[in-house]
Amino acid sequence: MSGPSSYVPKLGIAKWLDARLPLPRLMYDSFVAYPVPRNLNYFWTFGGILMLMLVSQILTGVILAMHYTPHATLAFTSVEGIMRDVEYGWLMRYMHANGASMFFIAVYIHIFRGLYYGSYKAPREVLWILGVIIFLLMMATAFMGYVLPWGQMSFWGATVITNLFSAFPIVGETIVTFLWGGYSVDNPTLTRFFSLHFLLPFMIFGVVILHVWALHVTGQNNPTGVEVKAVAKDTIPFTPYATIKDAFALVLFFAFFAYFLFFIPNYLGHADNYIPANPAVTPAHIVPEWYFLPFYAILRAVPDKLGGVLLMFAAIAVLVVLPWLDTSKVRSMSYRPLARQCFWAFAVTCVMLGWLGSRPAEGIYVTLSQLFTALYFAYFLIALPLLGLFETPKKLPGSIAESVLGKMKGGSGAVVGAAAPAEPNTKG
Amino acid sequence: MAEAKSSPASEPTRRDMLFLATGAMGAAGVVALAVPFVRTLAPNAQTIAAGAPIEVDLTPIPEGQGIKLFWRGKLIFVRSRTKAEIEEAQKVNLASLPDPQADSARVKPGKENWLVIYGSCTHLGCIPGGSAAGEVRGDYNGWFCPCHGSHYDTSGRIRKGPAPANLPVPPYAFLSDTKIRIG
Repeated sequence: MSGPSSYVPKLGIAKWLDARLPLPRLMYDSFVAYPVPRNLNYFWTFGGILMLMLVSQILTGVILAMHYTPHATLAFTSVEGIMRDVEYGWLMRYMHANGASMFFIAVYIHIFRGLYYGSYKAPREVLWILGVIIFLLMMATAFMGYVLPWGQMSFWGATVITNLFSAFPIVGETIVTFLWGGYSVDNPTLTRFFSLHFLLPFMIFGVVILHVWALHVTGQNNPTGVEVKAVAKDTIPFTPYATIKDAFALVLFFAFFAYFLFFIPNYLGHADNYIPANPAVTPAHIVPEWYFLPFYAILRAVPDKLGGVLLMFAAIAVLVVLPWLDTSKVRSMSYRPLARQCFWAFAVTCVMLGWLGSRPAEGIYVTLSQLFTALYFAYFLIALPLLGLFETPKKLPGSIAESVLGKMKGGSGAVVGAAAPAEPNTKG
Repeated sequence: MAEAKSSPASEPTRRDMLFLATGAMGAAGVVALAVPFVRTLAPNAQTIAAGAPIEVDLTPIPEGQGIKLFWRGKLIFVRSRTKAEIEEAQKVNLASLPDPQADSARVKPGKENWLVIYGSCTHLGCIPGGSAAGEVRGDYNGWFCPCHGSHYDTSGRIRKGPAPANLPVPPYAFLSDTKIRIG
């Protein structure tokens, strides 16, 4: 995508380093000269936002770990100590807790953008699957992080989720005992979750590097789904165009983040988690954090324990094979009238599942959960495979440049990126 | 490297031998090392020691009420059942149960008034209510799990809801008429 390197070191030290470790060249080619499709909209800014959220979570997390005590009898008090005694400890903890929610808001927008514009289709299958792996790691990290304050929701959330593994026949009980390090959720569980909660973000960071590498091999998708045909006409350089757009979106997103952080820091949490963990009393209504609710609804939709667990894992596994389930050659839903309606029905389905996950598992809620679970899977297993065969897509624009310049003659369309032949460059 | 290139189909070389030997040794080493790494995650000696049997005095429990206690970090219900509750548990048609088990298989002979069961819902491990007076006992007058709506009867058997199995009976024995040992 990004053609031969156009980096020319000017300073003597830059030339010296370039001959030994061409890191500045890699950065220049990846984030300055890198050609991006000229028609990217604001939904393409969430990759950068997510990168910053990961950095924010690691920074606040490292600080929190300095003041936190991973022990069943001390964890809750140490978290309250962070809130009351550590200077700006409240800020660090609220940034970390709300940051997790912001991270998930951004990642869900990022995923739905990929679903809408067909970013999972060839040649971006590996890029997409790496994204699913990041999503899985994020869920594991968030779950274990929520256990650490050792409040009532921490304890019972950990109990419910680790017990999921007991559903597997024969090995289930052994797996759960090894997860707990005992016969129930207790101190050994807390200490291993703390260790893994510290490790996993760095694994996410590693997969993010692979994700960006894969992105820079295939190049970005764009709202038309039409591949870049002529780099000079269809693309603009990353800096300054994408850089400033990403930065602007980032500021808006952080303003949104700040509103939660400073005005309603506990809005997305549960009051029960300010009660220390008590293994003898279950909260009347156990609900996971909002970002797990759709999957929780799928789990509870099935009356059979193992069936529910398998279906919940299948809800994520189906994303891995999505590139091969969608049979349409047209990427962008903008040019697929029927698939677009199905996509929005799917989006509503996910929101409904989220709402149902927050309701008690009884009466009409169970029936509705089953209905929407069926719709969730129908999108991947029925709608996308069949629509590609029957649907007549709208006419695609001849090129990215045509889709932009056809609409706004003589606008910013005059700007043309650094000319370079369209040759894949695996240096990323 | 000349001999390596000379003829691909030639006799195995000493390098091939070394490759196989070191490869096999390395694989065996990785497996052997994986065992201690995984074993560290198992319950440690302290946890196991803390799980030794305990004795419970039944005299303070009045008829129709129960107590909760912990053994191995798990909650255990001990209930002194009334005559009506025992009859209710015994007359159930076993074929109608999701996890068929006679009441007699869940209590000690001659001690039908004492029910000793684990207090974690077999669905996902929440604590069903119904032990203390005033708690919701569900449609079958036993225990009700608020998390996902499982109903247990007066024998602790699952009757309705997502839980797959009855509340299990822990290992225990009567030391005297008023004392049991759990474990």
